Amino acid sequence: MSNQKLYQYLLLLGDNSLILGHRLSELCGHGPSLETDIALTNMSLDLYGQVRSYFQYAAKIKGDNSTEDSVAFLRTEREYHNSILVEQENKDFAHVIVRQFFFDVYHNLLLDKLKSSKDEIIAAIAHKSIKESDYHLRFSSQWVRRLGGGTVISHEKTQAAVTHLYPFIHELVSPIPIEKEMQELGIGINPDDLRDEYFNQVQEVLNEVNLEYAELKERFARGKTGIHTEQLGYILGELQYMQRAYPNMQW
Amino acid sequence: MVKTLFYIEDPVINQTLYEVSDPEIPVLSIMDMGIVRDVKVDGKKIDIKITPTYSGCPAMDTIAVDIKKALEEKGFSVDVELVLAPAWTTDWITPSGRKKLEDYGIATPLEKSMDKRALFDGERIVKCPQCQSHNTIMVSQFGSTACKALFKCEDCLEPFDYFKCLK
Ligand SMILES: [Zn+2]
Repeated sequence: MSNQKLYQYLLLLGDNSLILGHRLSELCGHGPSLETDIALTNMSLDLYGQVRSYFQYAAKIKGDNSTEDSVAFLRTEREYHNSILVEQENKDFAHVIVRQFFFDVYHNLLLDKLKSSKDEIIAAIAHKSIKESDYHLRFSSQWVRRLGGGTVISHEKTQAAVTHLYPFIHELVSPIPIEKEMQELGIGINPDDLRDEYFNQVQEVLNEVNLEYAELKERFARGKTGIHTEQLGYILGELQYMQRAYPNMQW
Repeated sequence: MVKTLFYIEDPVINQTLYEVSDPEIPVLSIMDMGIVRDVKVDGKKIDIKITPTYSGCPAMDTIAVDIKKALEEKGFSVDVELVLAPAWTTDWITPSGRKKLEDYGIATPLEKSMDKRALFDGERIVKCPQCQSHNTIMVSQFGSTACKALFKCEDCLEPFDYFKCLK
């Protein structure tokens, strides 16, 4: 296997956490209550920590003076491989929670499998990260239940978030070629294998509080191959500003 | 389950490492915290491996610098490496570390299943470090840092941090 492929796969793993971590960090000081503000920003911090582990490894593989920072900040939009779901904006608290829930279910299933990756570093990161994402899933699924089963208004808003975000979740479990290759090597996971369990877990919670979802049609997986919605442009504008304006600046 | 990590023969090195604390929980030494994973001494050269409590723990960089500084002041040259495996769990906190946490006013981690019941089902099973009452309620699943949750005692009415179980 070429190092280039492993590098690509690490970006695929890390970019979801990077972009979702950024979205959550935008809520710092803006959470609807102190409790949720602290929770969401702590989850952001967990995701950033996981990204550092992936990107330190990616930088080492890439060589030529790459660092975790250059991997995180100095790519162009088409070189980011996060799923469309995680770049969607923080429209309201319901959107934040539903987006998080949809991702957390996938993330836990993925990390659980990655624990037995033949790549020791990926396995170590998965072992570490799943302890954290387990808390995230408990938090987000509990909030989906609370909002979906709450007042008429909280149910309406949560339904709007589900209607908006549900079409994007198909991408999470639709494989792209690099994922299939990495699975054949025993390093990665073909997310198609997570599909049934994923939809079971998601739908179980949605059904519990009568949140409706449309049956899915096959959709193109686009974010993972670098084709994004306009949302990512705004994120990168902010994420990259300092490194673009002051190259090589350090904290 | 308590894991004995290793035994540091040199009393100076041992003492020095016990004096380095986690900046977010100053009362707790990094040795009590169980984040020092390996210490190799070769004359005046020391290689130390540390492991993060949480992936995003912002204290790790500071801790690495503090370890280096403390031992360099004692005349050693030091390399600190961050390792991820095996992943840290709250079982790595030593008994004396747990005692110090309690004395400091932080409730110590319950077993995993009880921890989930306290945090997600609202069961009153976390012991108040001030008055030892179990009549306590969770205020926030995440506290001042990712590793802690915020609780309130309904008997003495004091708020307190609970160190979450990580396994
Ligand atoms: Zn009390």
